Amino acid sequence: MMPALSLRNIVVALLLLMLLLVPVYALVVGNNFVLSLFTRIVILAIAATSLNLIMGYGGMVSFGHAAYLGIGGYMVGILAYEGILSGFVQWPLALLVSALIAFVIGLLSLRTRGVYFIMITLAFGQMIYYVGVSLNRYGADDGLTIYRRSNFAGLLNLSNKTVFYYFCLLLLLATIYLTWRLVNSRFGMAIRGARSNDRRMHAIGFPTFRYRLTCFVIAGTICGLAGVLLANHTDFISPAVMHWTRSGDLIVMVVLGGMGSLFGPLIGTVAFLALEEVLSGITEYWQIIFGPMLLAIVLFARGGIDGLLAGIRRG
Amino acid sequence: MRKTLVAASALLALAAGPGATSALAQQKSVKIGFVSTFSGPTAVIGNDMRNSFDLALDHIGRKMGGLPVEVIYEDDQQKPEVGLQKTQKLIESDKVDFVVGYIWSNVLLASLKPVLDSKIFLISSNAGPSQIAGELCNENFFSTSWQNDQTPQAIGHYMNQKGVKTVYLLGPNYAAGKDMLAGVASTFKGKVIGQDLTKWPDQLDFSAELTKVKAAKPDALFVFYPGAAGVQFLNQYVQSGLKGQVPLYTAFTIDSLSLPRQGENALGIPGAQHWVNDLPNAANKKYVADFKAKHKAYPSFYGAQSYDAVGLINSAVVAAKGDLTKKDVMRAEMRKANYQSVRGPYKYGNNHFPIQNFYLQDVVKDADGKLTLKTVATIIKDSQDEHAKKCKMKW
Amino acid sequence: MLLFVEQFLNGLQFGLLLFLLAAGLTLVFGIMDLVNLAHGSLYMVGAYFAATFTAWTGHFVGGVLLALVATLLVGMAVEVIAMRRLYGRDHLDHVLATFGLILFFNELVRLIWGPAGMNLTLPPWLNTAVEILPGVYYSMYRLSIIVVALAVATGLYLIVMRTRIGMLIRAGASNREMISALGINIKLLYTFVFGVGAALAGLAGLMQAAILTAQIGMGENILILAFVVIIIGGIGSIRGAFIAAIFVGLIDTVGRAFLPDILKLALSPAAAATAAPALSSMLIYLVMAIILVVRPAGLFPAPGSR
Repeated sequence: MMPALSLRNIVVALLLLMLLLVPVYALVVGNNFVLSLFTRIVILAIAATSLNLIMGYGGMVSFGHAAYLGIGGYMVGILAYEGILSGFVQWPLALLVSALIAFVIGLLSLRTRGVYFIMITLAFGQMIYYVGVSLNRYGADDGLTIYRRSNFAGLLNLSNKTVFYYFCLLLLLATIYLTWRLVNSRFGMAIRGARSNDRRMHAIGFPTFRYRLTCFVIAGTICGLAGVLLANHTDFISPAVMHWTRSGDLIVMVVLGGMGSLFGPLIGTVAFLALEEVLSGITEYWQIIFGPMLLAIVLFARGGIDGLLAGIRRG
Repeated sequence: MRKTLVAASALLALAAGPGATSALAQQKSVKIGFVSTFSGPTAVIGNDMRNSFDLALDHIGRKMGGLPVEVIYEDDQQKPEVGLQKTQKLIESDKVDFVVGYIWSNVLLASLKPVLDSKIFLISSNAGPSQIAGELCNENFFSTSWQNDQTPQAIGHYMNQKGVKTVYLLGPNYAAGKDMLAGVASTFKGKVIGQDLTKWPDQLDFSAELTKVKAAKPDALFVFYPGAAGVQFLNQYVQSGLKGQVPLYTAFTIDSLSLPRQGENALGIPGAQHWVNDLPNAANKKYVADFKAKHKAYPSFYGAQSYDAVGLINSAVVAAKGDLTKKDVMRAEMRKANYQSVRGPYKYGNNHFPIQNFYLQDVVKDADGKLTLKTVATIIKDSQDEHAKKCKMKW
Repeated sequence: MLLFVEQFLNGLQFGLLLFLLAAGLTLVFGIMDLVNLAHGSLYMVGAYFAATFTAWTGHFVGGVLLALVATLLVGMAVEVIAMRRLYGRDHLDHVLATFGLILFFNELVRLIWGPAGMNLTLPPWLNTAVEILPGVYYSMYRLSIIVVALAVATGLYLIVMRTRIGMLIRAGASNREMISALGINIKLLYTFVFGVGAALAGLAGLMQAAILTAQIGMGENILILAFVVIIIGGIGSIRGAFIAAIFVGLIDTVGRAFLPDILKLALSPAAAATAAPALSSMLIYLVMAIILVVRPAGLFPAPGSR
């Protein structure tokens, strides 16, 4: 374990404190956009954390992870369009469908390894993307505006921006906690073991395929949840969120923050979106700075920002 | 460009922010948010819109009803969610009075809800999806362009006039593409013998489709390929040997932005448009002349529509005598379309889409030997879109 | 029938173009074990160079040759400055770093050439249609792409199979430690291979530019297809890349050309009209997924590779 007062722990603590105080800040300055921006960051951090579970710990690099954002979002959108607004129906159904699709994709994809796995998940992601594009009834390419947010019968008012933000933050913390529990369980050890040596784990008697598949499904379901939140946040869903470049963005967030680190994906998401906002404010040609920055992080900071903070070298 | 400094500062420090706009400051100026595409290959369109919008502001001395005008330009990167996010930022952070712009139907549809929820006027200076003209019409939404179906409908009429019996339709597989092809089919009296929707925006090679056209031997080919895709399409149309065999009719495929790159390929290919740079009204002459003097190029219809957006907003602010809380007065004034539009006078339908003329344009060489567009004929007068019937708004 | 011949040529032309792009990618991947997302940027750079140089020199072939040399140099520079430091690192590090390079190149091109894109103007002798069979006209330019790409493929085959450098390349693809043990100047070989891969990508880009014009971001979409090709073919295998490229090119074209009609047999015209574009868009991915489910390491895995 790290000492309690390492630089990295201080940064994580400050980050969490900042996230907690965002609505207060928005209230004081009367600027709701900051809240809206951070809601987006928190939701994408949930997606990145779920990707980290399979990618960082399980070595399963999914290049189609954004598909679940779309699946979760479309379930909310389609049900709302058909007049079913109750969150008690929408949400479980969205998670169930995400899990089922993750199960099928995982079942077929986990037969492959390494780059082949990256590409087969990309293929499935793209297929789902094109399904979204062909949903004529639900706006196809144009996407679907969601006129009413999920209704939780007075228990939770998602239209209240502050409530919605804290709810998302709560779910993010829950996801991180779940990841922590999973990774440190017997199940998690098997997953991490299978990453470095599948055959050995299998030989000691772990059903590694089943474990990896389970892990894949859990990650898909959590990302589906992020999709549900995203759709409720933007009141809108379109196939664009499922495009492969979005899956690429998610990978970049995780690697940037630090793979296989509990808070890495959160740090990565904040850094990615914050850099985008700050740099694009400085110059229209901001990517000419951002691009080499990513390169530099790879070259000089192994293990992403989190690795940099921890000062340890990861292989 | 100040762009997103507000959010940036918020991210960097959670201390007291400079982003807050006090309510008092608002009444001292007219704040306009302009959302368009300023990055990627279609930035050409966004820049043309910005240049024309800026020129129009210069023409009114950058003041409306005595108040100085402040414009904040935001880049939607041609992505619906980014457009939505930037729109939210304009509303919540910059607290603008008007939101203007939008090239793409899908970006506009995504951004619609937050603007209308906050009761701010939304002026679309390009995108005109059928939903907003029909069931989603809103009292605070105005278009200074057209509804997607109108232009292709005009082309359908024109093909009837030319005695075309069979046609093959090609367009990109997204909402506007489908609207365009349906629009042609709705007024064309002959037979549609083939139709292909191509992957958008990534499919740029049309060899398989052009081969099918060649085999189908239609009297005419209609295409809708906006922006750079129009350059690529014409290139391949000529290379395949179809030019001279199957005449081409277009909507939004040849404009002053794509023309310099389409070059000779575009000569003699007709298109329909509600505005052409040589329309003989005074406002248009001033606009085109000043634009050419400043930017050394002809403005495009995207620009003309953005130029008009300033006129429309100005008429509203003047009518309300600078009191931007008088939404009803401003709305009533805008419904009259009481300003000097560069397309000439037009009226608004009940859905706040223009009822306007459509012209046939052709590609010719100007006095300096530069390629330009020229009005050849009026195809249809006072055209109104079909979707207006589905709009429940009455006034 | 004539329709079929023409569509076959369309598919072949597209497939060969994909091969040029995939060849460099699969070599770099197979030998240096490097995932290079920025390969598409070199494709774009080649296109812009060709458009610029042909305009400068006023000579098509001359401009194209200059562009090839320039792209080769840019490729070698990229290898020396950035890629070299990435060998032996995790694949995800490659993804992040080369993703950064994509952003950099796109923005640099925008800064230098502006956002509007550029035309590569064909000389009149290429910008026509020729009669290939009685009554069948085909674009002269597309025909010449087929010829050039086939020539390059043959040349590449001869180099890889018959020369000393080719032997080293093949040895590198199956066993990397081996060639360093032989005392070969690995650094030089790597720079050379990377440069050649870049030039091939540039060639594909500039040939495509005359049809599709040079655009910012033109490399990204086709890059994914090139990856599909090397995955189907098996990483590191030039032969696999060639067969897979032709296969993908044909599938894509045939799907676009005939799917609507085929679907009309089974579905209502309206349903077919909406299903066909969606299905033809995802056809390639569907095929790749099926192939990988059946053969998890592609059709022709290079011996000894993972």
